[in-house]
Amino acid sequence: MDSAFVISQADKRPIYLQIMEQIRQRVAVGDWVAEQAIPSIRQLAVDIGVSVITVKRAYLELEREGIIVTHQGKGSFVSPDSEVGTRIREEELARHLDQAARSAALLGISQKDLEKRIRESYERVTDAEKESV
Amino acid sequence: MNDYAIELDGVCKSYRFFDLDNISLQLARGTIMGLIGPNGAGKSTTIRILMGLVRQDRGEIRALGRRMPEEQASAKRDIGFASDDMRLYDGMTVGWHMNFMKSIYQSWDGDYAQLLLKRFGLRAEQKIKGLSHGQRVKATLLLVLARRPKLLVLDEPTTGLDPVARHEILYELTGVMADEGRSILFSSQNTQDVEQISDRITFIDRGRIIDSMDKEAYLERWRRLRLEAPAGVALPALPGVIGIRQTGRLAVVIANEFAPELPSAYESSGARVHAVENMTLEEIFVANVERSREGVTV
Repeated sequence: MDSAFVISQADKRPIYLQIMEQIRQRVAVGDWVAEQAIPSIRQLAVDIGVSVITVKRAYLELEREGIIVTHQGKGSFVSPDSEVGTRIREEELARHLDQAARSAALLGISQKDLEKRIRESYERVTDAEKESV
Repeated sequence: MNDYAIELDGVCKSYRFFDLDNISLQLARGTIMGLIGPNGAGKSTTIRILMGLVRQDRGEIRALGRRMPEEQASAKRDIGFASDDMRLYDGMTVGWHMNFMKSIYQSWDGDYAQLLLKRFGLRAEQKIKGLSHGQRVKATLLLVLARRPKLLVLDEPTTGLDPVARHEILYELTGVMADEGRSILFSSQNTQDVEQISDRITFIDRGRIIDSMDKEAYLERWRRLRLEAPAGVALPALPGVIGIRQTGRLAVVIANEFAPELPSAYESSGARVHAVENMTLEEIFVANVERSREGVTV
């Protein structure tokens, strides 16, 4: 398949979610920039080798999230919001933080303790990066 | 011209040990339908009736708007049909078959045929006799695809193929859909193939259609909930739930009519919801057949 999209059976999520994530990544890293025209639903389905209805669903959900827009008869585009890439990265971070907070609450870890652990984690990771440079 | 590539309405066929019972389905133009079901469910019989190879006892069939089997001669100019029992001439080469098809079908696309020959790793000078099973399947599909028919009807096109060949076939089939006017009906035992490339899924078991709907909506209806129940409490079968397996405190609940309220409904009955998971078509297939085998009606 002549596309850099990867649909993996090892990934337990439905195919439309895998497509959504890979489009979000393209926007987040700036490969797809604000207002850029993106492949039509049918074209992307053919490129990836998946059904049209699956790509259609991914596009609809991404429209709902405000990441892409579709203009009747003109096709689909990345949102005109120039901060869209940043927004995706922020949202991803927020999701990870929520997950950490949920796990902490389940384990009975206090807010203070969680804050301390996040500080430690931050130091660990940035130190490791300094060393590897 | 109507909007359907295929319409079956109340199709019945009785055999001594098997009945095809009231099969109704529609395939919109420009879409791919995957036909799934266990062995002996009636997939091939349905396809053979659709293609006019077996005559139905009752029911209406239209393929590309033409009545089957009455108008099959004209319908088949625009339909590409491939199945395992398709006969190629053993003593003749792949190239001879390609020329033969070219002489019959005006729509034959010689360039595309050459491209497929290369992609499928076949050679025009090979005799059919010397081909492996997989090569034979690929040759059959090449002969059908290169005609660029408006409707493709394929009975188990990926069965017996190695993973590379399977991917090539799936890729060619989704490529067909670049043209909005073309449609595909294919049956398969491989649920991954069906999940990946179909717009619509039709599930057949024991000669009857269990479900026929948009794939995304179909997958969305099914969920697996992992729950923790208080000791000694048996979880209730709430609406939309078709199976509960409980061992001690942990339980797995399968819903085939999942509603967003279901997890909170279980929480108010005292359970804790650990996870709400999507199910693969393979898992749905197994749950569906097990349910029908147990004779449970929901």
